[in-house]
Amino acid sequence: MDLSQYLEIFIDETKEHLQNLNEQVLILEAEPENIDTVNEIFRAAHSLKGMAGTMGYKRMQRLTHDMENVFSEIRNGKMNVDADMVDIVFKCLDAIEGYLNCIIETSDEGTEDNEELIELLNATMENSHSDGSEEQQKEAAPKVAAGSEERKKYKNITILDYEKNAMLEAKQKGLNVFATTVYIQESCLLKAARAFLVFKGLEGKGEIIKSVPSVQDIEDEKFEFDFSMFIITEKSIEEIKKIIENVSEIEEAVIEQFEIPTEVQDSTPKNDKAEKEEKKTGKENDEKAEKKSNSKAVSKPVVNRSVRVDIEKLDDLMNLVSELIIAKNGLVSVSGGSAIQQDQTFNDQIEYLERITTNLHESVMKVRMVPIESVVNRFPRMIRDLSKKLNKEMELIMTGEDTELDRTVIDEIGDPLMHMLRNAADHGLEPTIERLKIGKPQVGTIRLDAYQDGNNVTIEVSDDGAGVDVEKIKRKAIEKGTITEEQAEYMSEKEAVDLLFQPAFSTAEKISDVSGRGVGLDVVKNKIEGLGGDVEVVTKLGEGTTFIVRLPLTLAIIQALMVDVCGEKYALPLNSIVTLEEIMPEDIRYVHTKEVINLRGQVIPLIRLNEVLDIEPVESEDSNEELDGLIVVIVKKGDKQAGLVIDRLLGQQEIVIKPLGKYIRVPKLISGATILGNGEVALIIDSNTLV
Amino acid sequence: MMDTNASINDMKQYIILRFDDEQYGIDISYIDNIVRLQPITRVPHTQSFFLGIINLRGEIIPVMSMRRKFELPEKENTNATRILIIKVDGNKIGILVDEVREVVTLTDADIEKVSSDSNDMRTYLTGVGKYNDSLISLLNIAGLITDIESEF
Repeated sequence: MDLSQYLEIFIDETKEHLQNLNEQVLILEAEPENIDTVNEIFRAAHSLKGMAGTMGYKRMQRLTHDMENVFSEIRNGKMNVDADMVDIVFKCLDAIEGYLNCIIETSDEGTEDNEELIELLNATMENSHSDGSEEQQKEAAPKVAAGSEERKKYKNITILDYEKNAMLEAKQKGLNVFATTVYIQESCLLKAARAFLVFKGLEGKGEIIKSVPSVQDIEDEKFEFDFSMFIITEKSIEEIKKIIENVSEIEEAVIEQFEIPTEVQDSTPKNDKAEKEEKKTGKENDEKAEKKSNSKAVSKPVVNRSVRVDIEKLDDLMNLVSELIIAKNGLVSVSGGSAIQQDQTFNDQIEYLERITTNLHESVMKVRMVPIESVVNRFPRMIRDLSKKLNKEMELIMTGEDTELDRTVIDEIGDPLMHMLRNAADHGLEPTIERLKIGKPQVGTIRLDAYQDGNNVTIEVSDDGAGVDVEKIKRKAIEKGTITEEQAEYMSEKEAVDLLFQPAFSTAEKISDVSGRGVGLDVVKNKIEGLGGDVEVVTKLGEGTTFIVRLPLTLAIIQALMVDVCGEKYALPLNSIVTLEEIMPEDIRYVHTKEVINLRGQVIPLIRLNEVLDIEPVESEDSNEELDGLIVVIVKKGDKQAGLVIDRLLGQQEIVIKPLGKYIRVPKLISGATILGNGEVALIIDSNTLV
Repeated sequence: MMDTNASINDMKQYIILRFDDEQYGIDISYIDNIVRLQPITRVPHTQSFFLGIINLRGEIIPVMSMRRKFELPEKENTNATRILIIKVDGNKIGILVDEVREVVTLTDADIEKVSSDSNDMRTYLTGVGKYNDSLISLLNIAGLITDIESEF
């Protein structure tokens, strides 16, 4: 076994700790006296150090060690929190993130020593160094005193004769025999990995002659939150304790010199007893732990009980559900197609199956859902930095962080959101002086509100800044040659604001390194549309701007309207459909030789699906479109609409989106394929590309 | 399984298929499945030699026509028409063939290397095999796939 298998855990946890540190330091900046926060920071910094140490990242360990020292000083009341110190700590966190990114890419921490930062850190400490591990021992001391006897679980373990002989032999050679019970934090998710790291750490330092439960059981995670072992070593008790406790998420290692029992024991019957006792103490321990956590509950956030699941396994599950849905659709079409009086029980069974598949689908989808918190929680820190950099006072208010989105969407949405927030901070908000002049509150507000809205999730990024100057945009667009003056004249406010999403368009007068280089909103728009969503801007001059991002809840299974175009079946996603209309041929008008219709006062372009889909029109005898009028599906993208001409409606259906395979070139207009109840394949039309 | 044959170095198994009157062989290790002709859904605006996509037990697989690829005259599908599903690097692609005949084992001695100069199916030959009295053109599937990918 080597450490590389734990690299992933290390990376994940380091990320979590960094995020936690970022959040806590922000709180600390606002409330310098908050001792809970200091403790939390200290704990996280200590874990980081321990983890970096175990994985052998010496530079990262050194930096975290020095950072931990600073917090230890603060905790002891020897140092005060001030803005400079917070700045340095943030720089350290960035540097650690730098190490982490390096590790992610190359599994090596790189060669950056960050000497300057370490010097800065040390300079901020007025008092002499006090060793972090000493601190930690002090911290551990009262705990040991409190429940020391109960926590020495190794006392209940029966030592077999040969083990005893080995111990005696070791004693004669002048080696130490230690007994220890290692406690793992109850929030720990990968107990076996932690235990492994403990064993790994002790490897070469001494010999573990017995462990309870057995090593095999520990590897299989067949243990509670503690395990005991006996070690023969030449190292000192402190060294061993330190090695064990350096593994992160190890709560404590109760360790002492082992007194080798002198009387010979018959092991078998006593084993049971010992086990029972062990269980008993275990229970007491649990109760204790419960009490402990109760008292801490106010300050400590609830730990997310979660299991990491490989996304591939989820996809497999998802595929199975998809097939089940297809099978169900097949049954439904069989029952609908037959003219014979249907057996009541058959229909009941179908309904039953339908209920199961729907529920199963929902629960699998839920597994794939992740709260957007994991993306947005880094924003407060970003806004703080921006505030300093831009010299504007601002605050970020976030709501609905618990809104959930599909994992694939979550992974992609971070950058666009960050971009919009930067935009709001840089372009949206006025400089502080200007704000005061026009009587706005000195501190600018940026909001990020997320909420679920039917089958969509909406995320709004808004600011109470100057708003978008439509005239300025028009002027700029004319300057750049994007539009002509004539066009500008007739442009609605809405259309003008949409110019913001044109590639390389920026109204910022000066280019800052925050934003304004004109690569941005068009990328944001593309990304969001790529995820099947859309983005819209609402702005009021002088009052602020709001970007409204709408994203689909899930990507894999959707509701669709099945249509027939010249005998071919296509699926139109239901979420982009506005209405269905019947249009008489005489109602079609022509604008620039293009067909349009006037629908309740709105002029909508008409798109003949058979043309864009390149279908050779089949003159079948029953298509009397000249007499009957056309069936038109009105679809929308944002505010724009278009009418798609189809031949026949086939009904609404839940469809599973499937990719078309690797080698075939798929036009943009087709977003995937789906399998119908009878096994036929139908293509899914992405109406966004048509509007 | 005929693994015993495959393990001998210079022996390979080929699936023999027919286009018009010519016989072609495909290395059996590429073959994932052989299925009867089923409705093929046309995909608009794609490479001209793709007939469309089919559903193979819940999986969507693109199907190409060798005839279109090599500009052979189109032919009516018959009862013998099959879709040969080949698998390259885990990706599947279907090939419409007139008929699938049999599986033969050829040794290196049976195969004659060919030099390819003309721009037809022969560009994609690894060699010509002799089996009983007939000749079998052995298709270079890897080359064919690379070619499709380059046209993507």
